[in-house]
Amino acid sequence: MEKFTKITGVAAPMPLINIDTDMIIPKLFLKTIKRSGLGKNLFDEMRYDDAGAEIPDFVLNKPAYRNAQIIVAGDNFGCGSSREHAPWALLDFGIRVVISTSFADIFYSNCFKNGILPIILPQEDVDKLMDDAERGANAVLNVDLENQTITGPDGGEVSFEVDAFKKHCLINGLDDIGLTMQKSDAIAVFEAQNATSMPWV
Amino acid sequence: MTAKTLYDKIWDAHLVSTDEDGTSLLYIDRHLVHEVTSPQAFEGLRTAGRNVHAPDKTIAVPDHNVPTTLDRLEGEVKNEESRVQLDALEKNALDFGVHYYPVNDIRQGIVHIVGPEQGWTLPGMTVVCGDSHTATHGAFGALAHGIGTSEVEHVLATQTLIQAKSKNMKVEISGKLQNGVTAKDITMHVIGQTGTAGGTGYVIEYCGEAIEALSMEGRMTVCNMAIEGGARAGLIAPDQKTFDYVMGRPHAPKGAQWEAALAYWKTLFSDEEAVFDKVLTIRAEDIEPSVTWGTSPEDVLPISANVPAPEDFTEGKVDAVKRALDYMGLTPGMKLTDIQIDTVFIGSCTNGRIEDFREVAKVVKGKKIKDGMRAMVVPGSGLVRAQAEEEGIAQILIDAGFEWRLAGCSMCLAMNPDQLAPGERCAATSNRNFEGRQGRGGRTHLVSPAMAAAAALTGHLTDIRDL
Repeated sequence: MEKFTKITGVAAPMPLINIDTDMIIPKLFLKTIKRSGLGKNLFDEMRYDDAGAEIPDFVLNKPAYRNAQIIVAGDNFGCGSSREHAPWALLDFGIRVVISTSFADIFYSNCFKNGILPIILPQEDVDKLMDDAERGANAVLNVDLENQTITGPDGGEVSFEVDAFKKHCLINGLDDIGLTMQKSDAIAVFEAQNATSMPWV
Repeated sequence: MTAKTLYDKIWDAHLVSTDEDGTSLLYIDRHLVHEVTSPQAFEGLRTAGRNVHAPDKTIAVPDHNVPTTLDRLEGEVKNEESRVQLDALEKNALDFGVHYYPVNDIRQGIVHIVGPEQGWTLPGMTVVCGDSHTATHGAFGALAHGIGTSEVEHVLATQTLIQAKSKNMKVEISGKLQNGVTAKDITMHVIGQTGTAGGTGYVIEYCGEAIEALSMEGRMTVCNMAIEGGARAGLIAPDQKTFDYVMGRPHAPKGAQWEAALAYWKTLFSDEEAVFDKVLTIRAEDIEPSVTWGTSPEDVLPISANVPAPEDFTEGKVDAVKRALDYMGLTPGMKLTDIQIDTVFIGSCTNGRIEDFREVAKVVKGKKIKDGMRAMVVPGSGLVRAQAEEEGIAQILIDAGFEWRLAGCSMCLAMNPDQLAPGERCAATSNRNFEGRQGRGGRTHLVSPAMAAAAALTGHLTDIRDL
């Protein structure tokens, strides 16, 4: 997994609430057996018309936001399915940070496994960053995970909370399977106890 | 001893270790696997030279992509991408030695219907699957939730999951349901009350007289949609109905082990003094047959209501409702019962079980669906299909004009050929009404099986109590 320390990039505003996983990556693109290559179909149904042409009004099709690395979104971003194709598509497009007042649990967890930082902030902070994001090419935010701060184009700073373990994994690009395997003795002990106490499991 | 909730008890029984910051390693008893969210996880194992840690606790079944038309029995899947995914699942299952039900095995079906049916899902277990509707298994008093593909790989490699404990919410449905109101209406009504983010960060335990009165099938319907309310999992304490359902299933314990298991399962309830972080009480008699009008599962109203207007809402929901009404092609103020329907889909892990089809058969017996209506019933498993045929239900549905399909997820998410065309409007017994969910531009109204059957007969959304 790619390490995450700091990102300076354009933030795209997506104020719509309840942006669900089917919007992020529609099901017809889930038929892949790979993790890569989904960026071109990110937000497919909002981004392209029936003939496959770009819809100019859609934020990520606007010149200022085509290389956005940050999304500032309405409440409950990523609700719906467990599909990890959603963060894979965001990452493949180049998005490394999503900021909202709330995220669906599974999507939130999936982001951290893929080097994407989802940031939860109070409504007033999201409103302010949404305003910043509306400034097109000037909508540049600096997200610093080590110091847990976001700096806006005017120099205003917002700080955010993040789980210490998740932060550690993201900053170091750690694979948690490797970390868990270091606890294989504890897993073996648990399994041995369970084999006696609950043999039906 | 501190009083514990059901969630506390299951959590504690599966803790392998807890770090100082509260991050815990939780043991996973059952890992269900399907073709869409697993190929990258198996590939990850191969690349790292890892094995499946507990193949005996891992069950693979194809469901999302499989065609449900009868020609599936004759040969290979025509869509190449689907076929590649299905072949990958088979190869991975065989290579890594996990339990596997092939496409044309009678036990094949939607993973969340197969698990309970085969006795893989048992009270007190932890159950995960790369699918958000894993919440279904909570009906057995099992802690069950969806995970992403990275976590699928983590569970395959270690049989554990890194977790932080969720908060606890109690949702009590007191009293008795009115006639025509089903488990589906309960679960939709709850989401209408909490919103799709209301459960975020929580595990919900459903309880109360109306929940106790439900069959196991009904309880699975309720827990299935816990995720649509944002909850990590839904739970219902096991009781005699649970034990009766489980007994004799192929992978349920037998003999002395059954007795030992039963003694343990009877300890699985929330202690009377246990504290919940949040409590929601709903009177069963306040729940009406329900229907969604918008593009989020929280857009729920009683069938007797009218389409709302954006101004009825506040903040970000105003724009979301404008967008939803435009997408759905609806005008504020129109009666929900005036909404014309051209497609009916009955099936999915929410409502693809035998009891659901019995309900439908009761409504349509001796009648015909509306001229021009496209209506399909897709069983949740090959065994549900066989049972419906044996009970004469299948014939009633066929005589009424329904297509009678093979088992799979089908038009719930439209990854197989069953899709809506742009503008088509469907009454569906599934769980999501998102934009494009059943096909680009397709419009979905979520309803109970009985309400879907009623719409198939009349050609518009219909109050089942009026039939």
